[in-house]
Amino acid sequence: MTGLAANGLTVRFGGRAVLDRVDVACAPGRLTALLGPNGAGKSTLLACLAGLREPDEGIATLDGTGVLALDRRERGRRVGLLPQTPDVHWDIDVATLVELGRFPHRAGWGRSPADAAAVEHAIAATDIAALRHRVVNTLSGGERSRVLLARVLAGEPAWLLADEPLASLDPAHQLDVLAVLKAAAAAGAGVVVVLHDLNHALHVADDVVLLRDGRVVAAGPVDAVLTEARIAETYGVATEIGTARDGSRFVVTLGRIG
Amino acid sequence: MSVARFSLLLVLAIVAAAALSLIAGKVWVPFDAWRATDPRWLIIAELRLPRTVLAIVIGAALGLSGAAMQGYLRNPLADPGLFGVSAGAALGAVLSLYFGFAVSALVLPAFALAGAAGTMLILALLAGRSGSLIVFALAGVIVSSVAGSLTALAISVAPTPFAVSEIITWLMGALTDRSWDDVKIALPLVALGAVMIAATARSLDALTLGEAAARSMGVDLARLQWLIVGGVGLCIGASVAAAGIIGFVGLMVPHMVRRVVGGRPSATLLPSALGGALLLLLADIACRAIPTVSELRLGIAMALLGGPFFLWLLASMRRSLA
Repeated sequence: MTGLAANGLTVRFGGRAVLDRVDVACAPGRLTALLGPNGAGKSTLLACLAGLREPDEGIATLDGTGVLALDRRERGRRVGLLPQTPDVHWDIDVATLVELGRFPHRAGWGRSPADAAAVEHAIAATDIAALRHRVVNTLSGGERSRVLLARVLAGEPAWLLADEPLASLDPAHQLDVLAVLKAAAAAGAGVVVVLHDLNHALHVADDVVLLRDGRVVAAGPVDAVLTEARIAETYGVATEIGTARDGSRFVVTLGRIG
Repeated sequence: MSVARFSLLLVLAIVAAAALSLIAGKVWVPFDAWRATDPRWLIIAELRLPRTVLAIVIGAALGLSGAAMQGYLRNPLADPGLFGVSAGAALGAVLSLYFGFAVSALVLPAFALAGAAGTMLILALLAGRSGSLIVFALAGVIVSSVAGSLTALAISVAPTPFAVSEIITWLMGALTDRSWDDVKIALPLVALGAVMIAATARSLDALTLGEAAARSMGVDLARLQWLIVGGVGLCIGASVAAAGIIGFVGLMVPHMVRRVVGGRPSATLLPSALGGALLLLLADIACRAIPTVSELRLGIAMALLGGPFFLWLLASMRRSLA
């Protein structure tokens, strides 16, 4: 049983179920988008999959083993997480920050050739070579998001989890980040991303999980799941899905239902 | 500048300052008197040498503790005082003076360490296994203020004016008239604490990215918290036992070090320890050399230096935040 999966996950905050018996299966080599309105439980689900939160019931598994049963470092090597608000607390330069991504691979103080190669690869994949010596906290939002993504890539995780990586980015930088995520999936990694914009999901996702009030409304390949009816059921809005000149699909929100 | 090069420069400066520390004071002892046959040699061997060594050990302990705490709390304004460990250690030591136990050289250090250990225990119970930084910092503030109040209580109900004067003098912090006995107690404790703090270095680096990212990379926050509490507790407990409360070293030194070696927390640890040793040595020399009626207390001198520095730091941070 390969893949990152949730089986009957239930998480409660003060009696309220944020996740309610959620079953999800994410496959390697595919980009899975977690979608749903605010408070649907997307971030909580991602935290459970990353092994950062212990569910009240159910289990998150990685290739059949419980993620919480894995050794911390091993989990760190296999599952990379880009948190929703990635802070950078000290004034460190870009190269130093990207190298922090090697933490789960390094036992002592030395820096192996594999570390250096992974860092260079991550810097190339996110196109930040020119920023190498800049201090991270002086970068623009778009540059910063690529640098933070490079940190995760430097760990060479088999699974890449990102919580709303496109928040507060302009369209061009959103496309940059999506392209990096898509390339990681094409290279064989399993990518699980919390997204807000349905058009981004239509644009890059292979699979989609629609969440509402802590429950899975629908899950599966993007074209089968993202229909006008399902969107109406999940978000409570009327939409129209169309096809652009290049053949890609897009969604337009028409208004609230009811 | 690289960490290694900067550290080497600091070591050279410490060696020079240590030599000056042996010479300087009410009685200036020139190099040609450094022979066992010269009567002034006693001043060097039994007074100035232990005092100099103690200044280095305690300065290093304070600087290292400050750097570790700032890295752990991810806050450049953090200081060992925030943990309440120095306040707890001081309370323990004051109680030993209050009960008149200070007759034996070992009672006061034992009480101070017990105070530091007690504070650490309370902190761990309050903050729990969650390893949450905010809870931990708040727990430190609470413990610190309670320990301060209890110290004030001990002073207000002291049985004799002599006890009051002794407590207050000790609280001010100094390296005056310290002996090899103090070094023998402080050095092993500080060394053990330093080893514990050194073990946190890479986790502190990972914490630069925030708790969620650090945990996702495999950082054990609970273990990190215990190492920090234990390491800082040992360093601060031993320092307070040997010299009373000497503030601001842990605040100022890491801040200056960061300007040279950059913000990566692990890079600031060694230079902060060396910088703390240098700062305390120089401050102690100044206390001896400045002609005042009675010798200027080291704790007061550091506070006079540190207070304005803290305000300046706060003001410059306000500007950058505004």
